[in-house]
Amino acid sequence: MKKSFNRRKFIKNASLGSMAALLGAEIVYALPEGYTPLALQQNQDPGKLFGKHKEMRVLNDLPWNIEAQAHLLDDSVTPAAKMFIRNNGLIPEEIDPESWTLTIKGESVTQEKTYSLETLKSQFPMHTYQLVLECGGNGRSEYYPPAKGNQWTIGAVSCASWTGIRLRDVLRDVGVNEDAVYIGYYGADTHLSRDPDKNPISRGIPLNKAMEDQTLLAFAMNGEDIPVAHGYPLRLIASGFPASASGKWIHTLSIRNKIHDGEKMAPPSYSVPCEPVEPGTEVPNEAMCIIENMPVKSLITYPKSGALIGAGQPLSIRGHAWAGAKKVQTVDYSIDFGATWKSCSLQEPVNPFAWQRFEATISFPEKGYYEVWAKATDSDGISQPMLTPGWNPKGYLNNACHRIAIKIS
Amino acid sequence: MQHLPTNLRLLMGAGLLILVLIGIGVYFQTEQLETDTIPKDGEIRNAEAPLQVDGIESQVENGIHEPTGFIAGEGLSLVIAHCTACHSAKLVTQNRADREGWEKIIRWMQRTQNLWDLGEQEAAILDYLSENYAPVQTGRRRPLTNIDWYELKE
Repeated sequence: MKKSFNRRKFIKNASLGSMAALLGAEIVYALPEGYTPLALQQNQDPGKLFGKHKEMRVLNDLPWNIEAQAHLLDDSVTPAAKMFIRNNGLIPEEIDPESWTLTIKGESVTQEKTYSLETLKSQFPMHTYQLVLECGGNGRSEYYPPAKGNQWTIGAVSCASWTGIRLRDVLRDVGVNEDAVYIGYYGADTHLSRDPDKNPISRGIPLNKAMEDQTLLAFAMNGEDIPVAHGYPLRLIASGFPASASGKWIHTLSIRNKIHDGEKMAPPSYSVPCEPVEPGTEVPNEAMCIIENMPVKSLITYPKSGALIGAGQPLSIRGHAWAGAKKVQTVDYSIDFGATWKSCSLQEPVNPFAWQRFEATISFPEKGYYEVWAKATDSDGISQPMLTPGWNPKGYLNNACHRIAIKIS
Repeated sequence: MQHLPTNLRLLMGAGLLILVLIGIGVYFQTEQLETDTIPKDGEIRNAEAPLQVDGIESQVENGIHEPTGFIAGEGLSLVIAHCTACHSAKLVTQNRADREGWEKIIRWMQRTQNLWDLGEQEAAILDYLSENYAPVQTGRRRPLTNIDWYELKE
């Protein structure tokens, strides 16, 4: 891509203020010379661009960040149309699966090796799992003081069916030295500034997470090629961790002898205070810890909030609950703001890291306004809070109970 | 030039000045042809410097600058010029911070995201952001609002 560095220097060297004064105008000039608008991204309708459902909410279109609403997530297996998009950079412009390669390198690789997609698909056994991916910042919009970034409400979560090979199998094929502790990924997305020397994001996972059965290098989602917005042709899937660990458009993995130091790996990114802090506290980076497993959480996916029903009419509710690397033990609901709780029926997960379906039928005692609150509890007995949990500078890990409004008349 | 009458010298001086001004005009006219307006939603730009902004007054309806969704106010053109060169206006409008908070965000973008020096315009940008996108105290859990009521048939 052609870059207009000379012009940029010109602008930088001349102080903007003094130039503006000289010209008697408020603005100095934009000089985006030689840029190539992406055919893919010129169309502003995420329905046409990405095949997204019309009720998906666009938080940001440069870069694209789109979330679902609770009632859109009712399917047991999330279809692509209802899956959130979280991008830090720009979606790669040209992807050729024929020439795509994955290189495994790093300080702790026994021997650097490059695979074609075809080799990966044919050389290693394929596995399919239903896996929750949830953005670390899902729920950020509820924190006060507000944290900067995309203001996710509740819809940055999905549970699709992912097909691929185990990362562990590939790591064993290249050989991992004894001092290895972390796997870092590199994807083909472009930094917003278009600076080719900058990565939008390059995160990763500890070695023990990389060795798990369900940690995949995925080629397919819901039985089809992964949609481009979700990482075609190769995506790392590390369910249970913030979804930023599940890197998209992967072309390189680095086996590290220390915690990976790629973009968005270091605090404050995807980190929370190691010890709880008062809301609004300035927390130094060295007092922040990298988020690993996501906390227990649930969503009521049916009915959609705002249902008007007749007196004496029972209401069936259902939804999903998940708990990072753990299992969900119980889900309860309350129609009196937590004064009393009743249990929901809860299904087993189809595999580890899949969300679990819960259901209940509710009778309301009298007419009026109600909120149905759902609360999941994990296998360690830890429940979702009804209030927003501990404040943290970047607004991560809000797993507060979901609730819907119901009126009985 | 001493041998020329004063009037003529003045005339030549004025002529020269006009030529220079025309030159500057042509130069920046050419620049303008190469510059761009506000990116459409989802449109990607090679962002290395602020955008040129013209005629935004006519695009304001009910206090909102329609193409970007920004609140109309003092400093709007600066914010469009500097912020939307690189990312969507939505990244600004969905966030809330006080002046110090917005300044921190700008410093972070300058330190890590290739944002340029905003020079003397920074103060006006911070005024705009802290006035129009200030934090709203929400408590520990806000009530459900904007409920879209509908008859549920089972």
